[in-house]
Amino acid sequence: MIKFENVTKVYARGARPALDSVSLDVERGEFVFLVGASGSGKSTFLRLVLREERASAGKVFVAGKELGSLSSWKVPQLRRQIGAVFQDFRLLPNKTVFENVAFALQVIGKPRHQILSTVPDTLEMVGLAGKEKRRPHELSGGEQQRVAIARAFVNRPQILLCDEPTGNLDPTTSLGIMRLLDRINRTGTTVVMATHDDEIVDQMRKRVVELATGELVRDQSRGVYGSDR
Amino acid sequence: MRLRFILSEIGIGLRRNLSMTISVILVTFVSLTFVGSAALLQLQIDKMKDDWYDKVEVSVFLCPATSPEPTCAGGEVTEEQKQAIRDALDEPEVAPLIVQPVFFETKEEAFASFKKQFGDQSWASVATVEDMNSSFRIKLTDPSQYQVVADVVSGRQGVESVQDQRRLFDRLFLVIDRATLLTGGLAAVMLVAAVLLITTTIRLSALSRRRETGIMRLVGASTMFIQLPFMLEGAIAATVGSLMAVGGLWLGVQYLVTDWLGGTVSWIPYVTTSDVLTVAPLLVAAGILLAAISSLVTLSRYTKV
Repeated sequence: MIKFENVTKVYARGARPALDSVSLDVERGEFVFLVGASGSGKSTFLRLVLREERASAGKVFVAGKELGSLSSWKVPQLRRQIGAVFQDFRLLPNKTVFENVAFALQVIGKPRHQILSTVPDTLEMVGLAGKEKRRPHELSGGEQQRVAIARAFVNRPQILLCDEPTGNLDPTTSLGIMRLLDRINRTGTTVVMATHDDEIVDQMRKRVVELATGELVRDQSRGVYGSDR
Repeated sequence: MRLRFILSEIGIGLRRNLSMTISVILVTFVSLTFVGSAALLQLQIDKMKDDWYDKVEVSVFLCPATSPEPTCAGGEVTEEQKQAIRDALDEPEVAPLIVQPVFFETKEEAFASFKKQFGDQSWASVATVEDMNSSFRIKLTDPSQYQVVADVVSGRQGVESVQDQRRLFDRLFLVIDRATLLTGGLAAVMLVAAVLLITTTIRLSALSRRRETGIMRLVGASTMFIQLPFMLEGAIAATVGSLMAVGGLWLGVQYLVTDWLGGTVSWIPYVTTSDVLTVAPLLVAAGILLAAISSLVTLSRYTKV
């Protein structure tokens, strides 16, 4: 589903590469933790998958397409197959929960009847039934992240990218979010999650990919957060 | 769904930057009013040319008893000289240019019309019949062929001077032409201001909705879908401005030109409100073009995929 072939990303000429010749293969339906210190290249990895950046060298394949040769007008089509969740939720403060989730479908031109039927389903799935009319500031952090996940998942993407989704949440709430991501993964969605949260990684026992200063230093199935444990 | 969504986005954008929207409308209004005025001035010149060039004549003034001109050295024009001029005007290369018959004005007739025109002025009372010129009044089929006719008659014995009445109008047209240049120049300056202002407005609008556009990009909205509301915002404001310019010109022509000028100086054929409607599509198109240029410049930089 996601395949990196010797991918290098250099942001500024002469600077240390953010990713250095990384090769990786993520199968359809996998759950992968992307771990490493700040600045190790996790976010760059996710940005390359979303084609917010292009690789400086090497090839990135997502959903069967090589992104280096993908023309820019086809990028929106690619992004419709990818959901993305961030640490800072990125919700629209002046829209209700329902509107925030519906927004993702409206802007890709989905018909009204489809929005009216899929949005409530998705909100129920993430556990927000009955809170459709609330605005983001009336919700707890965990609930806001659920709205963000609902928005990312409402179009049933093949891939869900999460950039430290539990970074702003307490351990109990984080656990709830992880259960939700696990459920989404079980529907066949490939989930890639960049995180610093060692407890969660150790608990979930999923595949762990570790980056250090842009290099892939560990790829372990059913792994834990720290390699020395 | 799509259309309604885009329309609501546009509404939000226009309201959020209300003062900027109003300034865009006003600047387009003023700049396009100048553009329209320049166009109307040119139309005015065309109208006067059409109307007056048909009426104007070439006057061939013949020698009076005393004249400093060398061609009048022989004193007052003789019958032979007059006949020679008539013959020259009947030559095959000149005759088709002239509306026949050529009118001959005697000294007495010239004196009569002089008296009629200036008789009540004290300086005119010293003039006598002998001070007047007899003249040929020639009407041309094509006023622009003046020079050909003038060359045939001027310099002949008995001809004091040849005068083309068009020359008198040319000075007026020059004034109007200069006025057109001036309004055109002002219009150009205002148009630059309008483009810059629309650019700034779209940029502000795009920045104030960065969150929305960021999410749109993320969930895979097409570039067109993201940019369309901003483009339409600019286009709507510019269109409103251009319609106001059309309205302003219409009122100006109706009240200033038709009612006021037309009531005071009635012998000039003025531009009418229907001429304003002729320039109207031009102005609206210019307004939309203005917005389109500004959008292209801005959006490629501020909402890229």
